[in-house]
Amino acid sequence: MSRIELTINGKAVSADVEGRTLLVHLLRENLDLTGTHIGCDTSQCGACTVHIDGRAVKSCTVLAGQAAGSNVTTIEGIAKGDELHPMQAAFRDNHGLQCGYCTPGMIMSSIDIVHRHGGKLDEATVRQELEGNICRCTGYHNIVKAVLDAAGRMKVSQAAE
Amino acid sequence: MSVEGIGASVVRKEDKRFITGKGRYVDDIKLLGMTFAHFVRSPHAHAKVKSIDSSAAMKMPGVIAVATGKELVDDKVGNLICGWAITSKDGTPMKMGAWPAIAPETVRFVGQAVAVVIADSKNLAKDAAEAVVVDYEELPSVPDIKAAIKPGAPQLHPEAPGNVIYDWALGDEAATKAAFSKAANVVSLDLVNNRLVPNAMEPRAAIADYDTAEEHFTLYTTSQNPHVARLVLSAFYNIAPEHKLRVIAPDVGGGFGSKIYIYPEEMVALWASKKVGRPVKWTGDRTEAFLTDHHGRDHVSKAEMAFDKDNKILGLRVKTHANFGAYMSLFSSAVPTYLYATLLSGQYVIPAIYAEVVGVYTNTTPVDAYRGAGRPEASYLLERMMETAARKLKVDPTELRRKNFITAFPYQTPVIMAYDTGDFGASLDAAMKAIDYASFPARKAKAKSEGKLRGIGVSCYIEACGIAPSKAVGSLGAGVGLWESAEVRVNPVGTIEILTGSHSHGQGHETTFAQLISERLGVPINQVQIIHGDTDKVQFGMGTYGSRSLAVGGTAIIKAMEKIEAKAKKIAAHALEASESDIVIANGEFKVTGTDKSIALPMVALAAYTAHNLPDGMEPGLKETAFYDPTNFTFPAGAYICELEVDPATGKTSFVNFVAADDFGRLINPMIVEGQVHGGLAQGIGQALLEGAVYDSNGQPVTASFMDYTMPRADDLPSFKLSHTTTLCPGNPLGVKGCGEAGAIGASAAVINAITDAIGNNKLEMPATPDRVWHVIHR
Repeated sequence: MSRIELTINGKAVSADVEGRTLLVHLLRENLDLTGTHIGCDTSQCGACTVHIDGRAVKSCTVLAGQAAGSNVTTIEGIAKGDELHPMQAAFRDNHGLQCGYCTPGMIMSSIDIVHRHGGKLDEATVRQELEGNICRCTGYHNIVKAVLDAAGRMKVSQAAE
Repeated sequence: MSVEGIGASVVRKEDKRFITGKGRYVDDIKLLGMTFAHFVRSPHAHAKVKSIDSSAAMKMPGVIAVATGKELVDDKVGNLICGWAITSKDGTPMKMGAWPAIAPETVRFVGQAVAVVIADSKNLAKDAAEAVVVDYEELPSVPDIKAAIKPGAPQLHPEAPGNVIYDWALGDEAATKAAFSKAANVVSLDLVNNRLVPNAMEPRAAIADYDTAEEHFTLYTTSQNPHVARLVLSAFYNIAPEHKLRVIAPDVGGGFGSKIYIYPEEMVALWASKKVGRPVKWTGDRTEAFLTDHHGRDHVSKAEMAFDKDNKILGLRVKTHANFGAYMSLFSSAVPTYLYATLLSGQYVIPAIYAEVVGVYTNTTPVDAYRGAGRPEASYLLERMMETAARKLKVDPTELRRKNFITAFPYQTPVIMAYDTGDFGASLDAAMKAIDYASFPARKAKAKSEGKLRGIGVSCYIEACGIAPSKAVGSLGAGVGLWESAEVRVNPVGTIEILTGSHSHGQGHETTFAQLISERLGVPINQVQIIHGDTDKVQFGMGTYGSRSLAVGGTAIIKAMEKIEAKAKKIAAHALEASESDIVIANGEFKVTGTDKSIALPMVALAAYTAHNLPDGMEPGLKETAFYDPTNFTFPAGAYICELEVDPATGKTSFVNFVAADDFGRLINPMIVEGQVHGGLAQGIGQALLEGAVYDSNGQPVTASFMDYTMPRADDLPSFKLSHTTTLCPGNPLGVKGCGEAGAIGASAAVINAITDAIGNNKLEMPATPDRVWHVIHR
């Protein structure tokens, strides 16, 4: 066991973890942040995607110890109180989710996609960028729509800030 | 009637918790004192378990127990069962081999559990499972259908000589033979329907909690049908009587059929929670999902179709071998029989059909219903046959279909089903228009000039949903009735709770069912709460599969609502001193027609519960229940057309367009319906192009991870063009048919027909990977 300290959703957190503990296990089991999901054991599905220092990362590929000192944001940390993040709102408004299991990872990846591509997103780019997130319910059709919709909303909200 | 009622694409009520990370899936639940189970699984496809040494594991830190199959047998935990009795042609019953939850003597597929470790943490349980020493004596195995039916093949179960479960037939053999003897043309086709792994994104999980004082179990589980789970665990597996067993299926992350069944892990968790006196949690990982979630499809078929000189179909003959895997799963026997052969008439007038199905055991993961269940196999066979026939007869495939469409309803097929309604020409027209079928030859020629092979493929599917009239399925061997139940509670403040036996694991029931209430009462959907997935709350239910929730579960809600409205009208009439027959319901109010007198729903509800001034003899309260048993199946149908290009240099397929024209009857929430179609199409296209569970010659699965089994990803799929045609289902008051499986049923044939059209060669099996397509082109 060793003690690590990091910031999660804006709050300072410390935890005692085994060396083999993955970040996703720290989030789910130690901190009860169960919005981050586990859908595979080969880092393929992306259900566990979170942001580490602003970049989308599959939290099953990172040891908790490696995340020490970093700033982690999970699906629970992106809304401002009752105000949904534009990506969350776009997923709801475009029916970009069904069972909801891949959704947190999809949303976290998609926010990063919009951040990296800005206003230059098109359908082909979104589809290619979502390669690392698997959904079994939606056929991706409405997820792609949601990301393109959110890209517009995020531009507007950034302009407003 | 209401802006949120029938036909409104309102956003889903349930979404907020999912998009904010507040969904509550089984693995998210923690109980006080919880322990963790990890299973020791067979690395062999077929072996004797000679001995199990758990002494080293028991000495490891945090280990509470290691149990083997023998202990479950000693405690009289029942064997897993198949609940649908099928009778062979010769009148003998199906031959079911014994399936203990943990194998005490023989393992028959890779991944079958031989022991379970219970420990204080998941990691400790995993570590200790590594230390359990199992001595196996390997036995020869049969990895596929061909090996299973070979004379002298290794035998899986003493109950099933020759590895044959049943040799079953449907239809009129003599009439079909006579039809073929009159044929001007006979078209034949050999097909494989590839084995698929359902892969719901949430792995299966279970938490069992035994209360020693009350002698009561609670099971949290990833189930599409918690009441069925309780029934089976209680009646057949001897876990506990029903009143001492509560089953809760909270948020469930996709099912696609794979979460219908009651699995060994749930049985073992329940048994172990009583043994160790603490809650036991098991969460599967993805590898376990590949090894133990029941797979789908896996048919090998020979088909022949007879045509007269005018290209009218005279008859169809089909012989199918269906792979069951190592054991008979809960509904497995019905899938390649009553859910498959009964759909072999498709959208066509086929005067004579004879279908034979041989079910076989192999040393592979059990196979059962997966999205569509039997109907995709029937649709794929028929629609490849129609395309093959059109090419042989040198007619346009849409014309050949149209010439043979059923156009008068009701229509009795020669294979049990009586289609109630439909307009197959209308959906084909809609799809052809959407894809601009007429100018395809010009597009093909242009692609050719650019070095690409362009193809177009049609698939006209029909399916049977809304399963099912209990009497009908009972006569066909089902062990349960397939009705649904609902309870409607109007609370004293006028808000409404609907308790349903349907279970939502992505389908959006919390919204669609609320819309039914909004339509009838004119109240907003946020005043309606849908409660499901808990046997202590919901009176009973048969669950969600076979696209039955709206047609059967929704109708049960309507039946209960009719009782509510009848009573509420009496109360309103009494309060308004009007005649009951003059009361109409609109915008949440009960009005006396032709007057300005009205009383709001909350006041009626309050009157029902205060009971100060009710009509003489009326019981207080405003709560009603209904059990609804459908009168027939429903028959969603449609036409899908796929246009694609193949690069002859690489064999890679690229979509140009995919159009779907479906007839689901009335749509309650078109947005949700379209989402269901998108997902189904993705699974059908996945089967056609990407997915396939592969075993090597020793029965070792070689596609047991997302690294090896190709799941459709966003850049493998096109955006879809959907449209709807409508014939209302006459069998239920909503006129609805079901939309959950259509895409998976119709899409595969459209894709393969398009590729074989593009490459000019019909000998292509699924998945049509670039490698496979390249080899067919360059053979």
